[in-house]
Amino acid sequence: MTFVEQRLPTQSIRPAIHATNIVQQSWIMVKRNMIHTKRMPEMLTDVTTQPIMFVLLFAFVFGASITNTGGPSYREFLLPGIQAQTIVFAAFVVASGITYDIEKGIIDRFRSLPIARSSVLIGRSVASLIHSSIGVVVMAVTGLAIGWRIRGSVAEAALAFALVLVFGFGIIWFGILAGSLMRSVEAVDGVMFTVLFPVTFLANTFAPTEPMPHWLRVIAEWNPVSSLAQAMRELWGNGPPAPASAQLPLHHPVLATVAWSVVLTMVFAPVALRAYARRTAD
Amino acid sequence: MSVRVDTVAGMRADTRLAIEAIDLVKRFGSEVAVDGVSFAVPEGTVLGLLGPNGAGKTTTVRMMTTLTKPTSGTARVAGYDVRKQPDMVRRNMGLTGQVATVDELLTGRENIRMIGGLYGIRRRELARLTDRLLQQFSIADASDRPVKSYSGGMRRRLDLAVSLLAGPPVLFLDEPTTGLDPRSRNELWDVLRELVADGTTLLLTTQYLEEADQLADNIVVMDKGRIIAAGTPLQLKQQAGHASLVVTVSRADDLAVAAALLRKTGADVFVDSGARQLTAAADGLADMTRVAGWLRDSEIEVDDIGLSRPSLDDVFLSLTGRRADNGVNAEEGSA
Repeated sequence: MTFVEQRLPTQSIRPAIHATNIVQQSWIMVKRNMIHTKRMPEMLTDVTTQPIMFVLLFAFVFGASITNTGGPSYREFLLPGIQAQTIVFAAFVVASGITYDIEKGIIDRFRSLPIARSSVLIGRSVASLIHSSIGVVVMAVTGLAIGWRIRGSVAEAALAFALVLVFGFGIIWFGILAGSLMRSVEAVDGVMFTVLFPVTFLANTFAPTEPMPHWLRVIAEWNPVSSLAQAMRELWGNGPPAPASAQLPLHHPVLATVAWSVVLTMVFAPVALRAYARRTAD
Repeated sequence: MSVRVDTVAGMRADTRLAIEAIDLVKRFGSEVAVDGVSFAVPEGTVLGLLGPNGAGKTTTVRMMTTLTKPTSGTARVAGYDVRKQPDMVRRNMGLTGQVATVDELLTGRENIRMIGGLYGIRRRELARLTDRLLQQFSIADASDRPVKSYSGGMRRRLDLAVSLLAGPPVLFLDEPTTGLDPRSRNELWDVLRELVADGTTLLLTTQYLEEADQLADNIVVMDKGRIIAAGTPLQLKQQAGHASLVVTVSRADDLAVAAALLRKTGADVFVDSGARQLTAAADGLADMTRVAGWLRDSEIEVDDIGLSRPSLDDVFLSLTGRRADNGVNAEEGSA
């Protein structure tokens, strides 16, 4: 027996292989990403120190001068906005992750295994959502510390958090597309920052849209991020319903957020999957 | 224009094939990377796929391991078609690519565990297997350190360990020893020999002719996407021409006289005065003993006299008109 123990696992002593399903495979990928975070805790700065810094900067620097929030204090108005921004940045996280995997060649290893090829993507996506969820929790705690409160029912509060995840699922496809197209992690950083930053600002995230010039206000209110922020504000009781002059999505923010998530998925998922397949094949 | 390898040396009619490439073609845009490649590897043997950089070796391996779709043609691995049954192919082969495909942020142990889990090896068996592989490949001491801190040789060994996890009957190695120091290379060769002794079929690509000579039962030489020669190492060497007789004289003064003696065999003599070395084509042992006798009679002292069989380097030179190791040097220079 000891002799056999010393041998290499060649075919004469092949280990028993059991078929795994896509859930198990994806979970292993998620665990892999969790270990990455454990090894490099600084990967968490974008969902810890950075959003806290944002909350504090906005609350104390702009907080005093932005008063036309329609009722609540600026801090209450701000928190849902920053939550929306954080989940948008999940696309950033997944894009860097995918580019990193392709760059390092480990995608080839996964592709040589008898597993569903989508498990790599699902794993990355779930890990990114978990990553961003840490940010959502960190910010909720920060918010509570500076005076943000949930004033709605438990069910409404939970629905708001669920919407954050649903929206994250939609936006992540954009990240997968970007990650599959970019040639290096540095390029992802540059491009995603240039694209996502304006998207999160050109909305009702940090300031009300009413004072904006009409054309800008229309764009901002049709921005999917605005629907999400508005939905959170209403569900958490952090702000009144949108004024009559607001664009259509803001009058039904919960429905609009779900609809935007579906649209984002429908628009980006097919191109993202194709780009990913093309990038990892050959 | 493809060279079909219908018969493989030492292959009997009842031999089962572990790998078959059937008219594989791969085009990238207008560029043809692999242009009609066919060969067969009997079970339990080693095939060396030899050629310089850009010959199409890696693309051929990628097609056979389901990483790249052939433009046309197909391949069978362990009896399964790479186009029709890619999952069965993946279940029955291991692949170690040119770049170590391990996760740098995971430890060696975590890497093996992750891939083992994806193969569906049960926890307890996997734990045992992981320890054994870590021992076998001398990474046990570093097993709980992130791979980031590993040397190139350790990464290669871990990569190979991962490829062997499921005990694949067919193993593909794409330039397994490129960038390794001689000692690591020898260790790797020993591991590969052990695998073959156990019945594993091996396909390895290499730019090192010595490597193919050391390990391979059969060699396929590729250049510019095509097979330009195939056979056993011995056959290929014979194809390159005769053996040569190499004499190193002790005193440079004797070079001229010794050269005249060698010419008596009827061959052209190449004189390297710096090395005090004379080289002439020879038929074999008979020529050598005759020349040795003449040198003794003329009282010319020699440091060395011997027959040199043509190396695979010579084979490549005679097939393509250029040396095979140019590519290697260029690559190492840029790395």
